[in-house]
Amino acid sequence: MIYFLIFLSIHDVLKAEKALKGHNVDMELVPVPRNLSSDCGMCIKLKGGFDDVKPYLDGIELEKCVSYDGEEYRTIES
Amino acid sequence: MIYFDNAATSFPKPQETIDSLNDFVRNVGGNPGRSGHALSTEAARYIFEAREKLAGMINACDSERIIFTQNGTESLNLAILGLLQEKDHVITTSLEHNSVMRPLMFLNKERRVDVSVVQCAANGSLDAKDIKKLIRKETKAIVINHGSNIIGTVQPVGEIKRMIGEITLIVDACQTVGSFPVDIEEDNIDVLCFSCHKSLYGIQGLGAIYMRNGIEPIPLKFGGTGSRSEFIEQPLFLPDRYESGTPNTPGIASLLGGLSFIEKVGIGSIIRKKQDLRRSVIDGLSCLPGIVIYGDQGNGNQLPVISFNIAGKLPSEVGYELNKRAIYTRVGLHCAPLAHKTIGTFPEGTVRVAPGYFTTDDEVALFIEAIKEIAGRT
Ligand SMILES: Cc1ncc(COP(=O)(O)O)c(C=O)c1O
Repeated sequence: MIYFLIFLSIHDVLKAEKALKGHNVDMELVPVPRNLSSDCGMCIKLKGGFDDVKPYLDGIELEKCVSYDGEEYRTIES
Repeated sequence: MIYFDNAATSFPKPQETIDSLNDFVRNVGGNPGRSGHALSTEAARYIFEAREKLAGMINACDSERIIFTQNGTESLNLAILGLLQEKDHVITTSLEHNSVMRPLMFLNKERRVDVSVVQCAANGSLDAKDIKKLIRKETKAIVINHGSNIIGTVQPVGEIKRMIGEITLIVDACQTVGSFPVDIEEDNIDVLCFSCHKSLYGIQGLGAIYMRNGIEPIPLKFGGTGSRSEFIEQPLFLPDRYESGTPNTPGIASLLGGLSFIEKVGIGSIIRKKQDLRRSVIDGLSCLPGIVIYGDQGNGNQLPVISFNIAGKLPSEVGYELNKRAIYTRVGLHCAPLAHKTIGTFPEGTVRVAPGYFTTDDEVALFIEAIKEIAGRT
């Protein structure tokens, strides 16, 4: 399972990236998949689980978290 | 060449400023947060890092509450024009720069905002109780100069905030951030407006504003932010709400370099060095006959910004003579006519000397020598 973390602004994306990297979370900055948002910016792609990293994002407003199992996108938090 | 006009803008800039600017313009160059490609993201990273460092510098915990502007003036305009509405009352002081007075006078005319000006003493000191006395139920904000761009006096903004309670405190910190400790938490500052091209060593064309949670002025401009592009309304989240249009990313990259320089040297040693320079300029001038130095000459709450005159000579003549010797000061009114009325030097003004971190003892000695010679001539 892959998770996409989508934020309101690029500032929040970079803030989240800094927080996650500080905890050695396996992640990547990728363009937001077009079907998830009409925005043309970046989001965070998580390679591990979402629940484990959630506490690291305390204080950063997450617009939504979308899971992808290779077939289907599902919004699990917004 | 001796550059003593650091209160207008700092020069020279540290190598870090130039390197970071150069690196951005040569190798990055993308429009931040606008596209999904690497150069756009890299540009956004410069801005993010600069914002985080700036937040650390003024002790703000949420860096998104720091907004980049074109200069200190734009920051002050955003706060003043964005927060004061029809028939509000505002209190300010007689040491303010025109970037405070002019927007206030505009509001006085256009929105019937009532402006009270607290008189400071000739040495720049201010009695916080005089502010308190003027407070009434329509009082919406106090706008106060943190450090004078003429005589270097630093005002006790924390004490003033304690006295005014819930009323919004807007601080003009253009001269202090980077030259004097500024702590928004300790002093409970609501809005902090400052330049990034003075003591933060960014290039010209950059300023910033910090606004405490709950303070939401009307933006000065609206437009594209790279976020929420499907909506035609301005987003309400920060920093995007107040940062429409392509930012001055090269300027912000230069600021990032400047802030790295400050981190490397240590803000404490920068402040100490500036205090020492202030002391040696004042001590040198005090030894010469016929020199009047304005403001408080003691040690303590002062910036390395010194105003003086030579008896019997106009500041413009002195400035001309100094310029001939390649010593660059600023003479006249320094965009602050009320402040010159306060210290008794309106309309001729003063000669202002503003050494900077890179000023050497030799330069101070050469300057004092030049003043001695100019003062001795009839
Ligand atoms: C006290 C003070 N306020 C405001 C400003 C305006 O700042 P800026 O030149 O960045 O617009 C300055 C400097 O010019 C200043 O010294």
